[in-house]
Amino acid sequence: MADYEIPTLGDVEERPIPQLAPGAMANAKTCYPASAAHQEALGFPGGLVPDWQEKAIAKMGDLLGRYRSLQVFMDICVKCGACTDKCHYFLGTGDPKNMPVARQDLFRSVYRRYFTPAGKMFPALVGAKDFTRELLDEWYNYFHQCSQCRRCSVFCPYGIDTAEISMAAREIMDHIGVGQKYCNEILGKVHKIGNNLGLPEPALANTLEGLEEDVKDETGLDVKYPLDVEGAEVLLITPSADFFAEPHVMGLIGYGKVFHAAGVSWTLSSYASEAANFSMFIGNYDHLRKAALRIRKAAQDLKVKRIIFGECGHAWRVAYSFLNTVAGPWDFLDPRYPVPQHILEFTYDLIRRKGIKLDRSGNEGKVLTIHDSCNVARGSRMGDFPGGQFAIPREVIKASVPTFVDMHRDTICEKTFCCGGGGGLLTDELMDLRIKGVKPRAEALKQVVDDHGVTHMASICAICKSQFTKVLPYYGFDREMIVSAHQLVSDAIVLGDNG
Amino acid sequence: MSTLFASLFAFATLVLVAGLAAKIWQFARTPAPLKIPTSPAPLTRRGAALRVAGEVALFQSLFKSNKPLWLFAVLFHLGLAVVVARHLRYFQDPVWLPVRLVQPFGLYGGLMMVAGLALLTLRRMLVARVAFVTGPSDWLMLVLLLAIGASGLTMKAVAHTDIVGVKAFFVGLMHLQVRPLPDDPVLAVHLGLVAVLMLVFPFSKLLHAPGIFFSPTRNQADDARERRHLAPWAARLEAEGN
Repeated sequence: MADYEIPTLGDVEERPIPQLAPGAMANAKTCYPASAAHQEALGFPGGLVPDWQEKAIAKMGDLLGRYRSLQVFMDICVKCGACTDKCHYFLGTGDPKNMPVARQDLFRSVYRRYFTPAGKMFPALVGAKDFTRELLDEWYNYFHQCSQCRRCSVFCPYGIDTAEISMAAREIMDHIGVGQKYCNEILGKVHKIGNNLGLPEPALANTLEGLEEDVKDETGLDVKYPLDVEGAEVLLITPSADFFAEPHVMGLIGYGKVFHAAGVSWTLSSYASEAANFSMFIGNYDHLRKAALRIRKAAQDLKVKRIIFGECGHAWRVAYSFLNTVAGPWDFLDPRYPVPQHILEFTYDLIRRKGIKLDRSGNEGKVLTIHDSCNVARGSRMGDFPGGQFAIPREVIKASVPTFVDMHRDTICEKTFCCGGGGGLLTDELMDLRIKGVKPRAEALKQVVDDHGVTHMASICAICKSQFTKVLPYYGFDREMIVSAHQLVSDAIVLGDNG
Repeated sequence: MSTLFASLFAFATLVLVAGLAAKIWQFARTPAPLKIPTSPAPLTRRGAALRVAGEVALFQSLFKSNKPLWLFAVLFHLGLAVVVARHLRYFQDPVWLPVRLVQPFGLYGGLMMVAGLALLTLRRMLVARVAFVTGPSDWLMLVLLLAIGASGLTMKAVAHTDIVGVKAFFVGLMHLQVRPLPDDPVLAVHLGLVAVLMLVFPFSKLLHAPGIFFSPTRNQADDARERRHLAPWAARLEAEGN
């Protein structure tokens, strides 16, 4: 492992808040800028445009007129400080500019200078600032230290959501030619090939065939992992990490076993082979819609009746909250089911109706906890009641394992911490930030490991799974303790004797 | 003096009403293109309205966030509400029953308000995180409100002003007549600062008062799968087939 400064874990009961360390992350290694090719593929300028300041202000005005959230959030913050100890990146780094209100103020200072009478007349009095090159650099640095997890918005008395502001900031930066490589390169691959990894159809087919063989070896049964099957009942849209990364792929194996046991025909699509939609991270509505429309086209071409999403956090936010808006209406699908459904909703329903059988001894010796993924927790729902996004994953896990323990109440459900790698920050050059950002989660995990003998932490998000397996080992946790929720289902499900 | 204050209040009222109307119009007119309630959120619009009411009346999110801050904020806002209600009698003849009922609590309201402000100010000074995000305008706002409260309490408890004359002045002003304002330096300071508060309201963070009603993370219902939500500009985009 490379040499990083690893924060010391505190006691979660004491809610440790670091001393302010101004500038701690000011010269942090920031994310690589997008190349001209990656920028232009998305219709953005290839590099910083000469009249960037003017263009940025114009774009800001455009967004203020199109997004009520942005306009209202710019005007109503009273600097009460309720959010200041809520962000995992602040808690992990101590850099005061990682306090949500300070991050917002990087944007707000420009807003005030160019869009408010007070900022035009008395800039120093109200903290209004000219949009200088130095400030733009600060934007790039600190708006890429926000994972858009919305934890601050839970605690804000007015619901101000820093995610909305960091999305707008990235949208403005993209439009003046200062994009982020990780997000924009990936988005280009989705538009061109259909998934974040750039896996073409033959590679997918090959991978899925391999999975069928593995499951056949394990169970002796012909569990199918179908691709592009016209007329299937269900179209499964899952994050492409599920096709190869661990523990993600064990989740995909689990989905297949559930469909098999339930006798529901399903298919993946090589055209829409990605649940993730990084357009949300860069705040771009057009790309959000363009990527989502691939799913619509796949559903129509394959003539499916339902759409189900695999385990992925921001993907589920986009699917649950935005899909109907950007790619609806879904009137050509079976109206008896919500569009889209989450695979956990599907499995939970089967468990309740006794449509599948689970045997907890398949996970003998495991003591589970769950990491509520931020976008699922605070940006979506499962089931038909508020908070179903917390209850349903827990019920499915409890039905699959012998013992389940929740982490500290300040770190679960709507108060969950981000894994530290969300929002388009899951890239190697940000490893220092990612290690520091996972600190609050690591503290809570350590407590249940020490006090309750927790052996595994389930996650329902591809980014969380990748982030945790990579950074938790720096704190002394075993990477194998991170599991997919459907990996647990996979190990508990009873196949083959349903007749 | 009377003419000066009469013009000042006429102007301040105009700025306050027109400025707030313009901001509210802007908030209302700007579309919210995506469903972004901070979940778990109510499933119905009525539930969302109740959620906003809970934020406005009880500061529910703030309670979740920080108990001392919640207490200080409630002290200040509740005190302010009592004080404002108590002041309505200077604009009414006859005085409404609810305003008469609140009369005995005026002094306590004033004390709560000033105590709340003092605690909020101390917190801003002593908590390094909060001091870091505090700018000159934030300090000035606290000073302004404290000075309004202190000058008001002075007239209530220390040096009484000719309150009958003050009422005659404001009732007259509401009928567009300039009547004599009692000659009292404390009163002049109090009224002058209130006029300043009215003037800065539409241009400052005091916009949180109307703004909270328009916050999409709080006022939207969680019904994205059931009800298609489409902003006018997004519908145009769709119609153009892009």
